[in-house]
Amino acid sequence: MPLIDSILGDFFWRALIGGLGVAIVAGPLGCFVVWRRMAYFGDTLSHSALLGVALGTLFQIQLNLSIALVCVGLALVLVMLSRNRALATDTLLGILAHSALAIGLVTLSFMPDVRVDLTGYLFGDLLAMSRADLGWIYGGAAVVLGLLVWLWRGLLMSTIHEELAKVEGLPVEWLRLTLMLMFSLVIAVAMKIVGVLLITALLIIPAATARRLASSPERMVIVAIILGMVAVSGGLSMSWYLNSPAGPSIVVSAFLLFLLVYGLVSDRRAG
Amino acid sequence: MSEALVTLTDASVRFGDLVIVDAINLTVSRGDIVTVIGPNGAGKTTLIKAVLGLQPISTGTLTRAPGLRTGYVPQHIQFQPTLPLTVKRFMSLTGAAPAACREALERTSVAHLYNASIHHLSGGEMQRLLIARALVREPDLLVLDEPAQGVDVNGQAALYDLIRTLRDTLNCGVIMISHDLHLVMAATDKVLCLNQHVCCSGYPEQVSNDPAFVELFGRHVAESVAVYHHHHNHRHDLHGDVVGHHHGHGDHHHDHPSHDAKARDHHAPH
Repeated sequence: MPLIDSILGDFFWRALIGGLGVAIVAGPLGCFVVWRRMAYFGDTLSHSALLGVALGTLFQIQLNLSIALVCVGLALVLVMLSRNRALATDTLLGILAHSALAIGLVTLSFMPDVRVDLTGYLFGDLLAMSRADLGWIYGGAAVVLGLLVWLWRGLLMSTIHEELAKVEGLPVEWLRLTLMLMFSLVIAVAMKIVGVLLITALLIIPAATARRLASSPERMVIVAIILGMVAVSGGLSMSWYLNSPAGPSIVVSAFLLFLLVYGLVSDRRAG
Repeated sequence: MSEALVTLTDASVRFGDLVIVDAINLTVSRGDIVTVIGPNGAGKTTLIKAVLGLQPISTGTLTRAPGLRTGYVPQHIQFQPTLPLTVKRFMSLTGAAPAACREALERTSVAHLYNASIHHLSGGEMQRLLIARALVREPDLLVLDEPAQGVDVNGQAALYDLIRTLRDTLNCGVIMISHDLHLVMAATDKVLCLNQHVCCSGYPEQVSNDPAFVELFGRHVAESVAVYHHHHNHRHDLHGDVVGHHHGHGDHHHDHPSHDAKARDHHAPH
């Protein structure tokens, strides 16, 4: 397949294909972040990704895997800590988010012989995307989308009202855990695109924009995916023509879409 | 004796040293309407959640009939405005067929809202929708936490009528929490007066004359309930609300503060 080969051989096309893959999973998960008011939670998980990078480098584990593992670990710690309610959840998240980031940075600094592109991890390094990265992105996206389709009714119902869902026989604890697992996976693969500091933006801005254009949860997900893809394409074009950093450019174009939609569509139209 | 759906035996719920409800004995049978009343902080919602299996009990036993299907109408659903949702989609999330969803909505007289956004419903419409959603599962046991909340007085009477009708047509058991003493006494088979433990229980006429009930709610309330017969427009009608519930309206008459205090602070002897 010489055509596919020449496309994948080009860094710009690899970046675009990878970015679109991430937009596909960021759409539905971003909707859950918005619906469940988990923006701060997403921030905390993504900040811990840097710790995943540090530990992965230290123990020589594949980086995507170590990031996902650290995110899952932190998510479990959060669930346990929020049960005993010694601190308000937002305080707890604030502590863990920035501590995880700081521990990640400190750990990296202890490895002087390892050259780490810190800016790349913090703000994304889309243009350095390899074919293996693309494999991770589309593999992760397939797993996440499969889980979403399979568990959709339960996930949506437990988002609306967890106790009602439980009375109706849905395994709400298990669903919550699965959702966190999916977040961790998406953070691990999205980090390459926009970096740990901007992942939450890629999740919530398209979803929040989609809210204005949708009257059902399913439509909101689809619109969020499309908006995410437009933002990725727009951001990459911006980066190409203006020579701006790719990750932040994607977030800027997502934000411009948000402003455009909220300026043009009144909130009466959406139900 | 009709079929027992759910039974609590000597059940209590504790959080650490804090006793929420203690030594509860309660049975809801098919065809029963049991109403739980009591002041704020009496543990009514905790009791209901124990019945539902949402709140694990610390001691005692909970027995549910095998294969029991439960319909739950929670106290309040805070629908996230960020989640677009129509009545239709909310109903179909039960997994029931569209025809069954429509039929349930017709039973609670809100079928005309089928395509409406859930964010645009009034308090009464919302309660009826939540009841319809519980019905679509054809429950053996219907559990309602303050079903008349946010509903005006006439609407409340209609709502309790609806619950009774549903009990008859579905032949299910009903357990609910209420603050509207007058309506409760008129619409209920069995009243359970709760203040951490069961102060008194039985038929409405028995309960309203029980010393523990009089002590808990005050003589004025007890007497007005005992002589309850169609005083719908009487100004003291809402008096029961003083006992515990914050309706958020300014038109309740708190002109017997002593009862208020009693209701809150007094733990009636068993």
